[in-house]
Amino acid sequence: MSESTVIADSGAQRSGVSAPAPAGRGRSILRPLLLVALLVVLLALPLYVEEFWLRTGFAVFGAAVGAIGLNLLVGNAGQLSLAHAFFLAVGAVSYVYVSGEPGGLGVAELDGLGLPPIVGMVVGVLLAGLAGLIFSPLAARLRGIYLGVASLALVFIGIHVLNAWTPVTGGFNGRAAPNFELFGFTFGNRDPELYVLGVPFREAERLWYLGLVLALLAYWYARNLLRSRPGRALQTLRDSEVAASVMGVNVQRYKARIFLVSSMYAGLAGVMYALSIGSIAPESFGLELSILYLAMIVLGGLGSVNGAVLGALFVSALPLVFQRYADLIPFVGDRGEGGLAAGEAARFLFGLAIVLVILFEPAGLAGIANRITGRVRRRPGGRVTEHPPDSSSQSNAPVPSDKPAQGSTT
Amino acid sequence: MTQFLSLLLNGLSLGALYALIALGFVIIFKASEVVSFTHGSLLLLGAYSIARLSDSIGFLPAVLVGILITAAAAFVIERLIINRLRGAAVISLAIVTIGVDIILLTELIRRLGSDILNVPHPWGGESFRVGSVGLSQNRLIAFLVAAVLIALFFVAFKYSSWGIAMRASAEDGETAALMGIRQGRVSALAWVVAGVLAAVAALFLVGSPTPGVTPTAYAVALRAFPAAILGGLDSTGGALAGGLLIGIAEAMAAGYQDQLLFLGRGFSAVVPFIVMIAVLMFRPSGLFGTKELTRV
Repeated sequence: MSESTVIADSGAQRSGVSAPAPAGRGRSILRPLLLVALLVVLLALPLYVEEFWLRTGFAVFGAAVGAIGLNLLVGNAGQLSLAHAFFLAVGAVSYVYVSGEPGGLGVAELDGLGLPPIVGMVVGVLLAGLAGLIFSPLAARLRGIYLGVASLALVFIGIHVLNAWTPVTGGFNGRAAPNFELFGFTFGNRDPELYVLGVPFREAERLWYLGLVLALLAYWYARNLLRSRPGRALQTLRDSEVAASVMGVNVQRYKARIFLVSSMYAGLAGVMYALSIGSIAPESFGLELSILYLAMIVLGGLGSVNGAVLGALFVSALPLVFQRYADLIPFVGDRGEGGLAAGEAARFLFGLAIVLVILFEPAGLAGIANRITGRVRRRPGGRVTEHPPDSSSQSNAPVPSDKPAQGSTT
Repeated sequence: MTQFLSLLLNGLSLGALYALIALGFVIIFKASEVVSFTHGSLLLLGAYSIARLSDSIGFLPAVLVGILITAAAAFVIERLIINRLRGAAVISLAIVTIGVDIILLTELIRRLGSDILNVPHPWGGESFRVGSVGLSQNRLIAFLVAAVLIALFFVAFKYSSWGIAMRASAEDGETAALMGIRQGRVSALAWVVAGVLAAVAALFLVGSPTPGVTPTAYAVALRAFPAAILGGLDSTGGALAGGLLIGIAEAMAAGYQDQLLFLGRGFSAVVPFIVMIAVLMFRPSGLFGTKELTRV
């Protein structure tokens, strides 16, 4: 959010000083520059920042991937899904099973294929996609809220399977996730030992880069998808299925495909989650996780890729930050002292934020950011029209009725 | 056979409670087009207030006050939030109730902590037996109370002016408004009724054979979701049928657990969802729900 404010600010100044140059052109030079600056900062961060922030960062990257995927489904295609936790679980479990070594863990006898982690990651993503594809025929038949509740079922079935299928999932206690590894380079603490500019690059630093790359790929793909024909088709489908099919959009097929894409995103997010926590357990993939993802995209702004990233940053980093700075933040502290536990405080905040966002700012953080940049941009000339926010597309924007079609029949 | 009969009875009584909760979903949906994800925490709120108050003011007053508190909470939610969002997309409305649910549930779980509160039901934990078929007394009373309440509800829904107003506004909100039906009032009343039904269900759900007030009561409300959905979200009769169906299916799966062991322990908790998916495969709007028509 802050960097986009900066973009707009300097863009405005520039157009104010060098009189008639349209602000649009100034922005077109500045925006890539600032993006590069942001990227450099993100790349250099592990050299300066301590482990806690890097680990939080990796969790945020994972959440961002998942949130982008869910936002494609809910925000852009208008299919309410509470099953995201299930698809995350499919990805995480596949990764752990495919790449994990067989062996005993306490009383449980675990299976594992012991394949390279990259295979595990790919299989995780593909299997999650497959799960989405299998669910999609049912999903395509259901509308709106029926779909939301039906997808609820997947979460509970998923938890049950996670608990019951011990050889694969580790059962109630879960099982450890193997370190990620790429062509002999381990994303762990050693092997090889690595120093960059005198800074030891251990697990947290290595994972940071892995997360950054994956999140960037996910972001880039989603942006492109939304600007392409399928992306437009999905948004038409959300606004009116009838209009979409009249325009030649195969509604069933597009619904199935967006389920596929969204659950593949979730699968990747699941693998990253397993890597970030270092283990998987059934309780991590409950309804609460689905709701957190929903919170991310609602807070960030439905239908906006940037929004999903902002939401993921907010929702997944907040509890960790609360936990770390519990002594400094008022009302947050140990349960025994009458304060709120960090997780509780964060949940209160999410709940409240969701309600407030839906009541007052349905476009979410992305909408707020857009409004700020829009206001700043308009000030100098008063000539530049406000850029249509990314989220001209929030789901409760007035749904265009079927009037065009009506007109054409009469 | 005995086992089957006793499971059937258990299932019916559980189903009646599910039906109470599902009815709440349905009338809220009919009156304000909202699918209330807040119901789980409303239920827990009812159970919690009854359990907390019954120590100090006795069982019956506690039940009354608990029901009042729950209804009041539902009323406040409707007035403060839902009423302001009239006409918003169904998805936004559902998400906003999820937000409310997060707040309420977090607070309740925080207050509950790790201890289990007990509701001192005067009828205790004994079972009621006919021959060798047994049912816990709590469940028997639950079944009777639920039956009475549901019957009352259907009568009111059919004949009272509130019922007529609600059916009218569910049928066609705009026309109903033009005929002088105050939709805000209809919707507020629907939330209050749903709150009362949830609190009554909570009262029995935390009695024997379940152990006291725990956050698991919340999960029970989630299992009533399938009941409402498979009956058809806009059908009160469907909620009743769906509740009973889900209750019986769950009780059977729990009773024949040993035969179902290959599906894993605790399978019965998943059964409602599986039944729901199976029904939705063939009837996407539920058993008795109105099919959505699209006019071009």
